[in-house]
Amino acid sequence: MTAPHDRPTASELVQAVREWMETDLMKGIEPRMTFHLRVAMNMLDIVDRELQLGAPMEERHAKVLQDLGVVDDVDLSQKIRNGDFDNDVTSLLTALRPVVEDKVRVANPKYLR
Amino acid sequence: MQQDMAKWGMASGGVSDLALGIAQVMNATSVDDLRRLTGGASRETWMFNADGEKYVMQQVRPGHPGGLGFEPQVLMHAQLAGVPVPQMVFDGSESTALERPFMIVRAVEGETIARKILRDDEFSGARSVLASQLGAAAARTHMVLADAITGLPGPDQLTMYRNVMDELGEPHPVFEIAFRWLEQNRPPQNRRTLVHGDLRLGNIMVDSSGLTAVLDWELAHVGDPMEDLGWLCVRAWRFGGPRPVAGIGTYDELFEAYEEVSGVRPDLSAVKWWEVLGTLKWGIICIRQAATHLQGIARSHELAAIGRRVCENEYDLIEYLLEALK
Repeated sequence: MTAPHDRPTASELVQAVREWMETDLMKGIEPRMTFHLRVAMNMLDIVDRELQLGAPMEERHAKVLQDLGVVDDVDLSQKIRNGDFDNDVTSLLTALRPVVEDKVRVANPKYLR
Repeated sequence: MQQDMAKWGMASGGVSDLALGIAQVMNATSVDDLRRLTGGASRETWMFNADGEKYVMQQVRPGHPGGLGFEPQVLMHAQLAGVPVPQMVFDGSESTALERPFMIVRAVEGETIARKILRDDEFSGARSVLASQLGAAAARTHMVLADAITGLPGPDQLTMYRNVMDELGEPHPVFEIAFRWLEQNRPPQNRRTLVHGDLRLGNIMVDSSGLTAVLDWELAHVGDPMEDLGWLCVRAWRFGGPRPVAGIGTYDELFEAYEEVSGVRPDLSAVKWWEVLGTLKWGIICIRQAATHLQGIARSHELAAIGRRVCENEYDLIEYLLEALK
């Protein structure tokens, strides 16, 4: 919960809409719309996971960039393109892996192996 | 009320005019059951019966510039090479008989939805032969030589997606690593042939006995034939299936069938290079789909959602590249 807001929290609001979609709306719509509704429900799940898991992920991302000696992803992308990391691509990939896993954990956790 | 009647009258008149036009170009006595299916961004797809037989028509959308491109020619060459494709009945790419360019093919029976093909009992027999059949179909496609279709483009795929990435202007460090690795590890290209360009589940028709037709030749071009094999193995096109080839087959099954038809044994490392490029390419297409929504070109929650699939490709690329760098 983020002060000064009252409950429901942002996450609880999203969950409430999602539950209504699943239990009520899904039964009352044309079959051709169910796929679109599933997409929408899935999007709310992403928002909910980002609200709940996002803060430490943001910190981890910042820490990885700092350890690599870059300002942001634009800077890092440019340096990769310039060949600055050519000597140890394996270390770079290993450093970036937890950040990418965080993104997948929010967007589609089932995708993680 | 009268206005409503006029409106509905005109709407149904539009469709019956189209049916009449189709009957004329096909020289058919009757055209009925004309209905529109969901199509792509640039085309409309229609199904109908003519004199009791089922057909599919593709037509350029109103207001969309350009025609059907090379697709009718490509389809005819693929058919001559023995690729299972819908049979061309009328190439209207230069015709004005139905106002906008069109082509009519014989309808093929079967299923295109990937998750059904991967999971329904009805397709268990098909699943055991599909990787081999796709290998054979790819090999036949690649028997069509690069210069068979005059003017068919053959851009360098890596350069093309480098430019798309730069236009989108979003930073993705993992994609930059992939671009660099791909540039530094290009496989030798021994052949330049016709390439389907989008060979995967979703673009093929399958019945209980296996592959019935390779569809969607819109992205066909000239290039390294291994591109098609790599694309077929990209994780997104496994739709959750456990095996590398379309989620259902092994590299060996694919390569053996390919070799049997063409006499050429695909090189696994070359196919993997194209698989890495395919993963990068799908990641970039995901960014572009989301951008289509975000820039207001076409507002759609579906397109917006695809933006959050970009990271799946970053995840797969890290896995591929760590393996390749061992």
